[in-house]
Amino acid sequence: MANIMIRKSDKGYVFYMPKRDIEDSITSMEFDTPEKWGGEIKLGNGGAYYIEPQVAPERLPYSVRARRIDGVE
Amino acid sequence: MAALTREETEALIQEVLEVYPEKAKKDRAKHLMVNDKELESSKKCITSNRKSLPGVMTMRGCAYAGSKGVLWGPIKDVISISHGPIGCGQYSRAGRRNYYIGTSGVDSFCEMNFTSDFQEKDIVFGGDKKLAKLINEIEGLFPLNKGISIQSECPVGLIGDDIEAVAKKAAKELNKPVVPVRCEGFRGVSQSLGHHIANDSVRDWIITNRDGHPFEKTPYDVAILGDYNVGGDAWASRILLEEMGLRVVAQWSGDGTLAEMENTPFVKLNLLHCYRSMNYISRYMEEKYNIPWIEYNFFGPSKIKESLRKIASFFDDKIKEGAERVIEKYTPSMEAVIAKYKPRLQGKKVMLYVGGLRPRHTVGAYEDLGMEVVGAGYEFAHNDDYDRTIKEMGDATLIYDDVTGYEFEEFVKAIKPDLIGSGIKEKYVFHKMGVPFRQLHSWDYSGPYHGYDGFAVFARDMDMTLNNPCWNMMQTPWQEKPAKSLLKDPLLKAA
Ligand code: SF4
Repeated sequence: MANIMIRKSDKGYVFYMPKRDIEDSITSMEFDTPEKWGGEIKLGNGGAYYIEPQVAPERLPYSVRARRIDGVE
Repeated sequence: MAALTREETEALIQEVLEVYPEKAKKDRAKHLMVNDKELESSKKCITSNRKSLPGVMTMRGCAYAGSKGVLWGPIKDVISISHGPIGCGQYSRAGRRNYYIGTSGVDSFCEMNFTSDFQEKDIVFGGDKKLAKLINEIEGLFPLNKGISIQSECPVGLIGDDIEAVAKKAAKELNKPVVPVRCEGFRGVSQSLGHHIANDSVRDWIITNRDGHPFEKTPYDVAILGDYNVGGDAWASRILLEEMGLRVVAQWSGDGTLAEMENTPFVKLNLLHCYRSMNYISRYMEEKYNIPWIEYNFFGPSKIKESLRKIASFFDDKIKEGAERVIEKYTPSMEAVIAKYKPRLQGKKVMLYVGGLRPRHTVGAYEDLGMEVVGAGYEFAHNDDYDRTIKEMGDATLIYDDVTGYEFEEFVKAIKPDLIGSGIKEKYVFHKMGVPFRQLHSWDYSGPYHGYDGFAVFARDMDMTLNNPCWNMMQTPWQEKPAKSLLKDPLLKAA
């Protein structure tokens, strides 16, 4: 589990992991509605993380715990 | 047009890598690439922020350098103690030329070296008592300091001193922020982690200090982040922002004060110049205080124009008009600068190797002068920096990460740039090779280079270096072809 921060850019969600200074675009997010948000997220570099599905944050950026599924060095 | 074609550049990389043993070769190959503007992400082509290879010459510094030297050092009314043996602080003292207004030793302390000067007994018995004593001494001798930061050097982390406890106690006694910073040099692979640690310490000990306090806001409040006022850079930037109607609340951290930093959460927009060293705190403020941040670039009129408009787009028409007014006001003087220097610099090739920002930020300024950056690299950049660099640089140019002394020399020999911009460690090597060189860390005792005023200085300095007549005198006399006048010399003829 790692802390990540999700922010919004003009191109969509951006993933940022402070611990390892990894910034990347989020290419897909499993759930992206106000009621259910998160699930599996895929990154531009091919990595994948899992965020416990939850109510969408009121505003971004938003720090959240995420589990690594795959990739990212 | 790059200096070499794509194939030639690739061949050059292969040739240079040839001397390394197999394993080292494999490792270094990942840090060198030929630029391809089409790429969206640098990830597959270049590896960065990795431990330097043992046995090669790296130009990197340590985490302590990143924290004390870059972020904490320039805050003028905070005394930063170099906690540990004396060398780390003394050999880096005042080297970055962070200008400030104030009286050294009275209310400003950037140039001084405060250290706990560890001796053997401190290593054996711990240095906490000494640190506490030192803090008291500082308070007695320099009562106008607004806060103290403790910058740990390697031994402090190794012996496990509890500087946090000392700091907490001292902060209570003095009623001032006393910030322990765990930036021991062995952490991380370069100074980059030091920036991060320093940002985190600001987050934990400084930034929330004035939450809930009254502050007279205006809708035009901004903060300059990541400008260290090297040679007066932040001043040259600040006047432009003020001229367009913004109010600059804080400068992080060149010529900055603790109070400014504490007031930063009240601003409307954070302006980030050095992304590498201060994105962390910007992100934090964005999340916690809902302050957006943008990167801007004040090198060269083209980029300044772009940046001023980008900054203005966050504000109302008054500021937008202000930006246009500023651009218009400086355009004639910038045109004059370009008219003067461009003919002397046109078509010249530059290779850069700097810290974490300038290799990409100065590209625009060189282009304004008709020059071309044919190779660029960073000491401690991360992949997101290279993502940004790919777009700035020309196709087929050479990009090198944490370049080794050997590689850099070989690249220069093959590419033959007209000018190199890098740091003091590289300067004399290239001078001796007969290549014009400017220090792009400290601006070679010159500056500012930011802003419109800075560009005039920048252009003059590049011309002064590049077209200096001394470069024609590099040939040793005995290798020189006999000059004509000598042959005609009647005395010689007679002999
Ligand atoms: S690596 Fe350690 S000992 Fe060396 S300068 Fe940095 S803090 Fe000091």
